[in-house]
Amino acid sequence: EVDLEERLHELDLRGDSDIPDVPPPTDSTPEILKRALSGLSARWKNWWIRGILSLAMISGFFLIIYLGSFMLMLLVLSIQVKCYHEIITIGYRVYHSYDLPWFRSLSWYFLLCVNYFFYGETVADYFATFVQRREQLQFLIRYHRFISFALYLTGFCMFVLSLVKKHYRLQFYMFAWTHVTLLITVTQSHLVIQNLFEGMIWFLVPISSVICNDITAYIFGFFFGRTPLIKLSPKKTWEGFIGGFFSTVVFGFIFSYFLAQHQYFVCPVEYNSETNRFVTECEPSELFQMKKYSVPPLLQAVLGWETVNMYPFQMHSFALSTFASLIGPFGGFFASGFKRAFKIKDFADTIPGHGGIMDRFDCQYLMATFVHVYITSFIRGPNPSKLLKQLLILQPEQQLSVYKSLKSHLVEKGILQPSLRG
Amino acid sequence: QESECESKLDGETASDSESKSEFGGSSPVPTSDDTPEVLNRALSNLSSRWKNWWVRGILTLAMITFFFIIIYLGPMVLMTIVMCVQIKCFHEIITIGYNVYHSYELPWFRTLSWYFLLCVNYFFYGETVTDYFFTLVQREEPLRILSKYHRFISFALYLTGFCMFVLSLVKKHYRLQFYMFGWTHVTLLIVVTQSHLIIHNLFEGMIWFIVPISCVICNDIMAYMFGFFFGRTPLIKLSPKKTWEGFIGGFFSTVLFGLLLSYVMSGYRCFTCPVEFNNDTNSFTVECEPSELFQLHEYRLPELLRPLLGWHTVRMFPFQIHSIALSTFASLIGPFGGFFASGFKRAFKIKDFANTIPGHGGIMDRFDCQYLMATFVNVYIASFIRGPNPSKLIQQFLTLRPEQQLHIFNTLKAHLVDRGVLGSLED
Repeated sequence: EVDLEERLHELDLRGDSDIPDVPPPTDSTPEILKRALSGLSARWKNWWIRGILSLAMISGFFLIIYLGSFMLMLLVLSIQVKCYHEIITIGYRVYHSYDLPWFRSLSWYFLLCVNYFFYGETVADYFATFVQRREQLQFLIRYHRFISFALYLTGFCMFVLSLVKKHYRLQFYMFAWTHVTLLITVTQSHLVIQNLFEGMIWFLVPISSVICNDITAYIFGFFFGRTPLIKLSPKKTWEGFIGGFFSTVVFGFIFSYFLAQHQYFVCPVEYNSETNRFVTECEPSELFQMKKYSVPPLLQAVLGWETVNMYPFQMHSFALSTFASLIGPFGGFFASGFKRAFKIKDFADTIPGHGGIMDRFDCQYLMATFVHVYITSFIRGPNPSKLLKQLLILQPEQQLSVYKSLKSHLVEKGILQPSLRG
Repeated sequence: QESECESKLDGETASDSESKSEFGGSSPVPTSDDTPEVLNRALSNLSSRWKNWWVRGILTLAMITFFFIIIYLGPMVLMTIVMCVQIKCFHEIITIGYNVYHSYELPWFRTLSWYFLLCVNYFFYGETVTDYFFTLVQREEPLRILSKYHRFISFALYLTGFCMFVLSLVKKHYRLQFYMFGWTHVTLLIVVTQSHLIIHNLFEGMIWFIVPISCVICNDIMAYMFGFFFGRTPLIKLSPKKTWEGFIGGFFSTVLFGLLLSYVMSGYRCFTCPVEFNNDTNSFTVECEPSELFQLHEYRLPELLRPLLGWHTVRMFPFQIHSIALSTFASLIGPFGGFFASGFKRAFKIKDFANTIPGHGGIMDRFDCQYLMATFVNVYIASFIRGPNPSKLIQQFLTLRPEQQLHIFNTLKAHLVDRGVLGSLED
């Protein structure tokens, strides 16, 4: 009884007036690095560790890009699972809920359900030809929503049945914690995959812009930083913020220029059912074809050119980099506030010098949603394969009437020749 | 005042065994008595158990009558009522959050909660409006732009709220603020998405709105009555007043009720037809050719039931078969929504969500079982009843690029020829 009272007292529901000293983080730096850097002062040593690990992560990133879309999808999925695990572990620690064994199973079960729902929706769209051939998959796709809902309901009922008399509040807190975490991590990773299918450039440029902003803001802050930006993150400065903004925009411009030339990055990812692989081959859309733009008068004096050859995509990269630099950091502040609220230094200790996976990806989350919304609003219309799937589900009479409307529309627009049969 | 807060917190954090004395026993202690004077005087002679029964009974009849009146007034009024119920439920749950966390001294937060409610509603109703009011939207230029960039605008609005939240973080109150942020979002997830799904069901046909809600209400009432008269075996520790007899009795009565109600309603066009917005009259109409779901069929009775009822065949609407599924869900899984709400109330040591309705508690108390039902009906309709909306598909088709349009057209044609639907026509 007393133990429970003590534990719940620690929740300190009214305020944070008793912020204790933050315990030192466990040092997971490899021995080699430690010996090599033993001579330097603590500040430079930290800088070197972070630098080396940053390079390692970026190299890993390039390697995976080289390996292709499928590996990228797996990577996104693993990151999502790890982030979920990190946040749930924090919840357990905050609420000392390790003695509720049901809850760990239920959290993972809910993760599975929501992933099943989202990946089922994606799979049905992109693997349409693969799915048509197999009967069992057809059934699963047709009743996908119902099956997902039934799975979720099972979890919900198990939760209700698992409510234990003395732990109601804890259990409800963990339930809500799980759902908010799912909302953040799973939906966003799903949106990242959808962006990826649109074309790898829509995956690479946003992520690189955020990483670039992180690094250049850190560097500008390190060398020129004087004015603090926000109370939440005392290490961020206005100089870093603005310097990071301009560097990221320039970086985005240049990076898009290089990527836009290769079909591998520019084409929508498609699944080839014959070779059972992902292919990226297509006629590059007009976004990725060089155009002549006339330089606005202000810049003409600066650059000395009258016109410039650019890809239209570079204009979009401008919007993406701006978002990454101006709004992306709010995701970082949110994560900082979260860490202060729950008195943790890092989400986990997975990456030496950097913290957990969530620490690296906190700015990415807003970015994924933004890119997705941007694409659906400004770039492409609805997904053709999804449309096709829905057409094929209709009743024959409905299909026939739709067919006739489509035909008359296409003939009207001159896309279809009326003389040909159909 | 500090010590008062301390002792209140102590009381809250004490083990949940204290709550048993409050909630166990057949006569719950009323928190504040909202019952009108009239009723109080009329029932003053009865014992408190029967008095409570009469108050609940009278209010139940009042609510049901109100429900009928709204149905009579039509879809527009129904939508408005759903909207109001949603806002009131949101308000009730957020108020509980404030009380739990003593967060009234964070003024930003009330504004932000309502702002997020507005954003999410804007997003959902924008999606619905675009679908159902398509021609109206295309005519008016500002509406057309709003609907074309709808997702982007909604996201921008939400982001503004998110950034305001981050900027409003105050040093000593981080944890409180994050709790309230999480609380707001979970509430939005529950309340707003479900009310949106109810509206979707309503547009499918008023019968899809009325039958599920009535089944849940019927199950509530029937389970209460069966439990009152025959209840012996407790059902679940969470709700000591629920009994197995009530549960099973409620199940069978609800299935029967669902069958009868669907039979009566399927005969009327105003209930079975999808709600459409008529551009010329600028009002909602319910006129159509009833779909085959609502046309009488001859069914052969299964062997088991024949001696019982003495009939060989029976004339039924196919919809009545679906109503069995709906009533079954309402009786078997719907109560879990009620148990969830009971657990929630015990966890946060509150008797009722609010005191809006005398004898019943708050609006959430009445609607806790409805929420799972709304999602179930929506998923049921999407999976088993109708496919996608053909006109919506045509609209989406028209926004595609020519080569995509051609590709889809050819695939559809090949599919139709395959099925033999097209070949015969072309010849």
